[in-house]
Amino acid sequence: MAGISGVLTYARRNKNLVVGLALLLSLFLFSAIGHLLVDVEKAYPLGAPSSKPPSSEFPFGTDPQGRELLAVAVRGTYLTLRIGFIAGGLGLLVGTILGFTAAYYGGLYDTVVKWVVDVLLTVPALLILVVIAATLTKGMSLDSMALVIALLAWMWPTRTIRAQVLTLRERAFVRVAKLSGATSLEIIFKELMPNLLPLLGAMLINSVIGAVFASIGLEALGLGALRQPTLGMTIYWTMQQSAFARGLWWWIITPIVIIIILFVGLFQLAIGLDELANPRLRRKV
Amino acid sequence: MSGLLELRNVTKVYSGGLFRRRSTVALRESCISIGEDHPSIITIAGESGSGKTTMGMLMLGFIAPTSGEVLYRGQNLWKSSKPVWRQFRREVQAIFQDPFEVYNPFYRVDHVLTLPISKFKLAKSKAARQQMMEEALTRVGLRPSDTLGRYPHELSGGQRQRIAIARALLLDPKVIIADEPVSMVDASLRATILKSLQRLRDEMGISILYITHDLATAYHIGERIVVLYQGQVAEAGDVQSVITNPQHPYTQLLVSSIPWPDPNRRWGWIETSASTGMFLSTEGCAFAPRCPHVMDICRKERPSLFRTGDTCAAACFLYQGSPVAEG
Amino acid sequence: MSEPILQVRDMRFYYHTEAGSVKAVDGVTFDLDRGTRLGLVGESGCGKSTLAMAIMRLLKPPGRLESGQILLDGVDLARLSEEEMRKVRLGQISLIPQGAMNSLNPVIKVSDQILDGMEDHGIPLARGQAMTTVEQLLDAVDMDRGVADMYPHELSGGMKQRVCIAIAISMRPKVILADEPTSALDVVVQRQIMETLERLRQNMGISMILIGHDMGLMAQSVDRLAIMYAGRLAEISDVQSIFAEPRHPYTRLLIDTLPTLERRGEFRGIPGITPSLLNAPEGCLFAPRCPEAKDACAEVTPNLTEVAPGRWVACHTD
Repeated sequence: MAGISGVLTYARRNKNLVVGLALLLSLFLFSAIGHLLVDVEKAYPLGAPSSKPPSSEFPFGTDPQGRELLAVAVRGTYLTLRIGFIAGGLGLLVGTILGFTAAYYGGLYDTVVKWVVDVLLTVPALLILVVIAATLTKGMSLDSMALVIALLAWMWPTRTIRAQVLTLRERAFVRVAKLSGATSLEIIFKELMPNLLPLLGAMLINSVIGAVFASIGLEALGLGALRQPTLGMTIYWTMQQSAFARGLWWWIITPIVIIIILFVGLFQLAIGLDELANPRLRRKV
Repeated sequence: MSGLLELRNVTKVYSGGLFRRRSTVALRESCISIGEDHPSIITIAGESGSGKTTMGMLMLGFIAPTSGEVLYRGQNLWKSSKPVWRQFRREVQAIFQDPFEVYNPFYRVDHVLTLPISKFKLAKSKAARQQMMEEALTRVGLRPSDTLGRYPHELSGGQRQRIAIARALLLDPKVIIADEPVSMVDASLRATILKSLQRLRDEMGISILYITHDLATAYHIGERIVVLYQGQVAEAGDVQSVITNPQHPYTQLLVSSIPWPDPNRRWGWIETSASTGMFLSTEGCAFAPRCPHVMDICRKERPSLFRTGDTCAAACFLYQGSPVAEG
Repeated sequence: MSEPILQVRDMRFYYHTEAGSVKAVDGVTFDLDRGTRLGLVGESGCGKSTLAMAIMRLLKPPGRLESGQILLDGVDLARLSEEEMRKVRLGQISLIPQGAMNSLNPVIKVSDQILDGMEDHGIPLARGQAMTTVEQLLDAVDMDRGVADMYPHELSGGMKQRVCIAIAISMRPKVILADEPTSALDVVVQRQIMETLERLRQNMGISMILIGHDMGLMAQSVDRLAIMYAGRLAEISDVQSIFAEPRHPYTRLLIDTLPTLERRGEFRGIPGITPSLLNAPEGCLFAPRCPEAKDACAEVTPNLTEVAPGRWVACHTD
């Protein structure tokens, strides 16, 4: 739509978007390049001598169980992001399908969906997650955690998208498309969805934020995949093994700094996409 | 005379609320028919709340009637099969009020033209399609090089509305429902667009249902006019008589409020109390609360359409001596 | 003849963008006589709304008042500080902006919205006094007093617009600018609103500028009429003369496009499109579409000259 110069001018105006993208991109690169340079096996226990402070050999130090923390950082970033995007993405996908179809086709189906969403939204999600996680006797794997989180992530997108489609459905260009012979599915995919792409992008990021938050929360409570060196699990272990009392500051700092960068990046991106999606928020030239 | 498109005793009620049945009667037992033999321009005139837009939506098959029938070539549209609907969509097209809203802002304006061409398989190749679009644009007085390939916000309101007309013409329709086609267009362009509507009737034999609240343009463009008030027909007949010599008190009020661009022809010779805007009357004539000639019977019964002349009829008890008009 | 209540002298208001200056208002001069109604008519994009907003000094950068004077009862509004202008707004000159009825706050009662402006201007009102004032204002705009306790969504379009008028007259200003006050309203409601405005003018001695694009409405509602095209005034005269004997070619063409009761079935349009106001050139901006254009027209900008008492035209061919 706009040329490169247009993109650059917009970038200047929407600093949040740029900062967010930059932060996230650096985390991605850190993890991606890290996987090539660092042996991620060392992220698991007994991969290295234990409780060593940062040095030239171990830039981030090691933890009491022998995990090399640089490897943990690299691997953990990847795993946490993966859960976030899978769970968030899945939640959004379900929400999109339900939201579009409920709003467009209406009727009893719409009433049921709306009712279910309204009821489920009142249920405290973290509580449910904790209960589910605690009752899984086999223990949580990364993918099952992603699914569980996704289970509670689809409601908000459904409601938002449904609301948007309800208004879009009445727009004149939808009527014109009907007059021109378009079928309902074509209207949903070709007329309505393109207009919601910026919104969907913003919602994806919000979904991901929620999912990452939930996963870190669950893991910090000890309900995550115990063997995996995700960021949340690392925090769990720091608490379990009294990292503060033992003065293992490098162990505490590693996951926290990465989480801060991750959330700041995601939030900045969310604000930036919000502005993109909602022209009324755009600051004037 | 079975027409091309007809509303027979159609009532449309909008009800709101799950348990409280708040209902608005948008249209009450109305009839209108468009025939195929003499292409003509029929004006549906009325203010907001008169039901004129509802009538247009019913005739386009966008909403279903609560009772009564929408007949397309004699068949009940809502009980017809897909092929009949397809045929219906080809023969009945529309032009809407807002020249900007009819375009999907995501696409270039070409999209509104390519969509019907592809859905109805009007062109066999990309080249044929391009030619078809260019011809359609030239037919409405636009230059393809100026308009194709642009986004809606890059064109003027007049250009957008003309492209909308070009789109409606692509399918070679028999009827065009024009819902306030010029109210959001500049005065200097209105004439052009209205003239092209007349040309559509004369050169292409298309009947036009011109829905508007602007009686001044209605006076110029239509042959017949139907004046609606709160979902019912107040008066109907040929345009010249109805506007220069209105019979129904509501039409009289309406005509007296037209701002003619002539400082010497003043408006407002008929006084009225301000309408409170709450449509509460379910019995009797809808206009009774505001009518200067109201009689007892007006509050109790609904007037039928009585003949007031060779070509006109008004739904008012002032004329209850006259015979009732048909259709 | 007393001094005009509002005198605008050579006002220029430009929007500065990266692509150049959009000359939305380019040298507009007119007078509004006390107690009269002036109509400002033009098609979309001609700058009339910008003119109204600029007089009220409600426009922000990148728009800027380049030059000109706006004399309200002798005081130049263009030179006032923001704080001084704030007091002048609503107190001495008020605006009913386009689409005002849709801008009423949906969660505040009508009475509070009317009182809002007065409170802001520091008018102390005890409770009982406040209610009386609101009731008086509602009476003045021909509305039921019960409306004071209602919310905007409970009102019809015409009623909402009357609330906006009540807000505009709440402090008895000297001048009211009404920008398309009836554009979304039905014909009968439109007439009633205009009649209300007229009654207000007579009772309160307010002078009015009515901005719109509907020549018919102007013919019925104003004393003097100014025709605006592409940021400049083409013609100003008393309304009878403009319709009886239009001097500017644009005015003539504009009147020709209007449907009247006489010539049934004849339609005329104005060929061409309105020019872009971006970096508008010298010379008459109507020249490309003007049937009477001469060579000089495209080069020299015509100024408003008084061709007859009270009749001003900006045209070389007159």
